[in-house]
Amino acid sequence: MKYILMMNTPCGGPYQVANWQQKDFQAHIAFMKSFHRKLSESGELVAAEGLAGPDQAKLVRAGKDGAPITDGVFPETKEFLAGYWIVDVESPERAYEIAAQASAAPGPGGAPLNMGIEVREVMSAPPVDL
Amino acid sequence: MASPSQGPTAERLLRDLAPQVLGAVMRRFRDFGAAEDAVQEALIAAATQWPREGVPDEPRAWLIHVASRRIADHVRSEAARRRREAIVVSLVPPELQIALAADSDEAPLEDDTLTLLFMCCHPALSTPSAIALTLRAVGGLTTPEIARAFLVPEATMAQRISRAKQTIKASGVPFERPTPEARAERLGAVLHVLYLIFNEGYTSSSGPALHRDDLSGEAIRLTRAVHALLPDDGEVAGLLALMLLTDARRAARTGPLGELIPLAEQDRGLWDQRAIAEGVALVTAALSRGSIGAYQVQAAIAAVHDEAARAEDTDWPQILALYGVLMRMSDNPMVALSHAIATAMVHGPRAGLDLLKALDADARLSGHHRLDAARAHLLERAGDREAAIAHYRRAASRTTSVPEQNYLATQAARLSDAMR
Repeated sequence: MKYILMMNTPCGGPYQVANWQQKDFQAHIAFMKSFHRKLSESGELVAAEGLAGPDQAKLVRAGKDGAPITDGVFPETKEFLAGYWIVDVESPERAYEIAAQASAAPGPGGAPLNMGIEVREVMSAPPVDL
Repeated sequence: MASPSQGPTAERLLRDLAPQVLGAVMRRFRDFGAAEDAVQEALIAAATQWPREGVPDEPRAWLIHVASRRIADHVRSEAARRRREAIVVSLVPPELQIALAADSDEAPLEDDTLTLLFMCCHPALSTPSAIALTLRAVGGLTTPEIARAFLVPEATMAQRISRAKQTIKASGVPFERPTPEARAERLGAVLHVLYLIFNEGYTSSSGPALHRDDLSGEAIRLTRAVHALLPDDGEVAGLLALMLLTDARRAARTGPLGELIPLAEQDRGLWDQRAIAEGVALVTAALSRGSIGAYQVQAAIAAVHDEAARAEDTDWPQILALYGVLMRMSDNPMVALSHAIATAMVHGPRAGLDLLKALDADARLSGHHRLDAARAHLLERAGDREAAIAHYRRAASRTTSVPEQNYLATQAARLSDAMR
């Protein structure tokens, strides 16, 4: 079964990597790289991407003539999607376990960030019989 | 699939030969990982060369020869790098160094196929790994083909297969015919893996359909092979029958847009009568032989469905009795759910709903969309439309299958339209 693990980070919160000290930033990147390698080696990684910051985002909505309008009003939120992993695992528990590991990525001073990681099952094939 | 110019016959030939070739190479070199890699290379070489140059007179001998030479080359280059030429001589059997009497073999080929299956479905492996390794080593599929079928990146599947091979190597499972006790123990795992491969393939409306169809075809082919090796095993026959009887309905199971069509509404003219006849004959013979297992009973249920010319002709009392037998065999809540539905078909929707109530307490089933879907159907039949709509909607929000979600949401919409 496939799951998407969405890394939700507080806007203006502790995930402001640009303000971190270099050694904290490097520890964070090292963690993410080793996390990626471990998931690849276990044969569970389907895809993973980090996303550009919310200040780079555009909100698109089709206008009356069907043409896109951008830069509209964003839904108000205290968190933003910073990146995601898609994993193919044997059980939901394993997906939660992986998410918990990602959640504990180190932040400033090496302390775990304990980010919220939203775990959603990816829609799949129909069952054998209905 | 390996090459566009390659006909289905050559492809089938390669798949059929894969376990025999691997078995022969395994017996010579005793290294599963190396043998498996070498055989894959030989299969790929054949897939590119044979369409161009024609199939050799002795295709199996050709493959064994090429695979053995690959291993010998690997060992040689490795050894040369380390300047230990002497080892090579001891590692490569003399007959390989001179000429290859490629398939003058001691053990019968069928034993090789079974031994390989038992290795690949080893209990030390995770289920996805066992499936991947079985498809590659016994089925002869390439890693990219397996990756496509399971909708994961090739690198992910390659890792899974390589870890599976390491696990087998580390567990020290010898390549030899399993003892009767080990065979009895492990056959269950083998059949389960084949059943899962079939299920993965028995879908035609999600993902690249073609490759998934290939998987159920592959599962049937491999189960057929096991049945040919163990013709007296009732459960092997039962599983093959179950696959044939289920696969027979494939063409009628989805509409033009990939939407699910439930059993009762399927166009039975589209069912594959030849597969049904074969499945019925298999399960009938198996059931008459004595010891009865769960696959045989499930096949018998599928046979009762397949033998009804119209949905309303279905022999529900017999299906109910068979689910009763299955309930006594296993503690599976899905079986209890089907038993409740069969009860409703025989004794009315309220009797079925009463049985579903008891299932709410089962933690394995509560919150599962199948329970909601079954309840919705029975509530609708009992005339309680409002409750039926609520359960259809809840089931739709809980399923992870796109076609099933569409089906359930459509049912909810149909009922609420009717109430307007």
